[in-house]
Amino acid sequence: MNITVCLKQVPGTTQVKIDPQTNTLIRQGIKNIVNPLDTYALEEGIRLKERYGGQVTAISMGPPQAEEMLREAISIGADQAVLLCDSAFASADTLATAYTLAQAIKKLKDFDLVICGRQTLDGDTGQVGPELAEMLGLPFVAYVSQIEEIKDGLMRVQRLVEDGHEVIETTLPAVITVVKEINVPRLPSLRGLARARSAQIPAWTAQDLGVDPNMVGRAGSATWVVKIFFPQRVRRAEILPGSAEAQVDSLISKLKEGRLI
Amino acid sequence: MEYFLTEPQKTIKNLARRIAEERILPVRAELDEKEQFPWDIMKDLAKSDMFRVFVPEQYEGLGGGCLDLCLVVEELSRVCSGVAVSYAASGLGSFSLLEYGSAEQKRKYLPAIASGARLAAFALTEPTAGSDASAIRTTAEKTPGGYVLNGTKQFITNGGEAEIYTVIALTDKTKGARGASAFLVEKDTPGFSFGKKEKKMGIRASSTRELVFRNCTIPTENIIGREGLGFIMTMRILDRSRPGIAAQAVGIAQGALEAAVDYARQRVQFGHPIIAQPVVQNMLADMAIQVEAARALTYAAARMIDGGAKNFTEESAMSKVFASDMAMKVTTDAVQVFGGAGYMRDYPVEKMMRDAKITQIYEGTNEVLRSAIAAELRKRRGRQD
Repeated sequence: MNITVCLKQVPGTTQVKIDPQTNTLIRQGIKNIVNPLDTYALEEGIRLKERYGGQVTAISMGPPQAEEMLREAISIGADQAVLLCDSAFASADTLATAYTLAQAIKKLKDFDLVICGRQTLDGDTGQVGPELAEMLGLPFVAYVSQIEEIKDGLMRVQRLVEDGHEVIETTLPAVITVVKEINVPRLPSLRGLARARSAQIPAWTAQDLGVDPNMVGRAGSATWVVKIFFPQRVRRAEILPGSAEAQVDSLISKLKEGRLI
Repeated sequence: MEYFLTEPQKTIKNLARRIAEERILPVRAELDEKEQFPWDIMKDLAKSDMFRVFVPEQYEGLGGGCLDLCLVVEELSRVCSGVAVSYAASGLGSFSLLEYGSAEQKRKYLPAIASGARLAAFALTEPTAGSDASAIRTTAEKTPGGYVLNGTKQFITNGGEAEIYTVIALTDKTKGARGASAFLVEKDTPGFSFGKKEKKMGIRASSTRELVFRNCTIPTENIIGREGLGFIMTMRILDRSRPGIAAQAVGIAQGALEAAVDYARQRVQFGHPIIAQPVVQNMLADMAIQVEAARALTYAAARMIDGGAKNFTEESAMSKVFASDMAMKVTTDAVQVFGGAGYMRDYPVEKMMRDAKITQIYEGTNEVLRSAIAAELRKRRGRQD
């Protein structure tokens, strides 16, 4: 059971500033963390390895400093890690990101399962997981809250839906995204930290992946962020006059007027 | 103060702090209130390799020494010494094996202790034998089928939770202390049961229980070392473990100092934070001085042991006595800085004060240790005459 876990380094705060020129986040001076939901993906990968054997590979597309996060993944229990790092990958939207990750995962060859967090703290789209499955041509299950069993090339999972959960069986290999209900992520171990210190983490470039330069980064993106702005908070209020009964009557007629009831 | 810890030691200290803050801090008040053994945290510590710290590499440990163990205990105690002592007691329970166990005993038991799969405990104290450890009455009679244990051990840390116990019992009642031997007894051995679970003033998350032996037969090979060495082994083991109690005291006091500084900075009286009052500043400064002095002595004693010194009874006792008296003083002062709020269970300092008290009592009361230090002074002077 070989598992690939996709991780992303995100700013460890919600108080980020936006560069008005490029419409991207200003990352300088902000401590980066592993995207919280990705830590559940990593933990689940490690638990599956403990249950079924195999190896866990952590993979991330990001700037050189994302290597530090991949070392942390090794200290927690990943066997190896790969960083996809190239200036050509910069400013990628979810499509270009998923394409790049998919090419790298294909290059890793031997894998039975790809696990991603449900969504990232910064981009918040939740699109990379499903796009990745599409590009790899693999079955996909979103919002997995429990992996029940893996047997004879089949995996039974529970996925969280609005009013309960669904039990889904899928063939392997497959791609899943996980929710925080799935487990409690562990902390690093001392042996893991020692391993992480000396681990070689290869950085694969666009050339290493042999990708079409027009499919990655900003060039490969189908969407561009045109503008980021904080919504203006407008408060509109109307005070209904009259007695309590009169207020109730006019409230009801206003709600009917607005077709709210 | 800069203690020039090695890189691995810094890693141990940082990770222990992270576990304490992320896993222990959110539940420490509840564990204290409910007197609940912290199994979830023991598992977290195990997964993070903390039980490997004090076990040699050949038995799946990390081969750390006394100082490495002290660093973990200090960091855990800074947040909750009830949790810390449950961890440390497994260390104490394995010292008999580490120091005196046969290769086979080590192979059999140490890997499970290192992985944290099984906790260990050390059982010496009895109703009639506290400071006077030679007054134990539990017997181990040699029979063709093995040793048969009879008697009751009291106040045993990790009692009921641990699976591997080092038990000191008399193999020859006529010889007193020289008739004592050490044995490995596994939980679930027929004739071995657990008595009363104590309700304590502090370190309430930890389990303190009676061990009851009624015709409990253990295999002959479960003796540690030789017959008659139990008492001397115990004294040596406790010399080795006492800096751990000192580290516990330093951790508790460090936690209390930090809480007191935080509170003094935000508590406003007479229009200013109370930390602006010279009388409060003096208290905080004295607390900080005492904590650092105790830490320095503790680390020095631990390094002396790790450096291979032959006799360290005196230094080890000094670190334990000084640090535990310091912790009692500093936690009491922390409650004082908090004023009425400090007396309330909503704030953490009253727990720290309750937790500190035991460090003056267990693993040798400070009185018995002062006697031991004085005996060394007298002996040394005597040799010079």
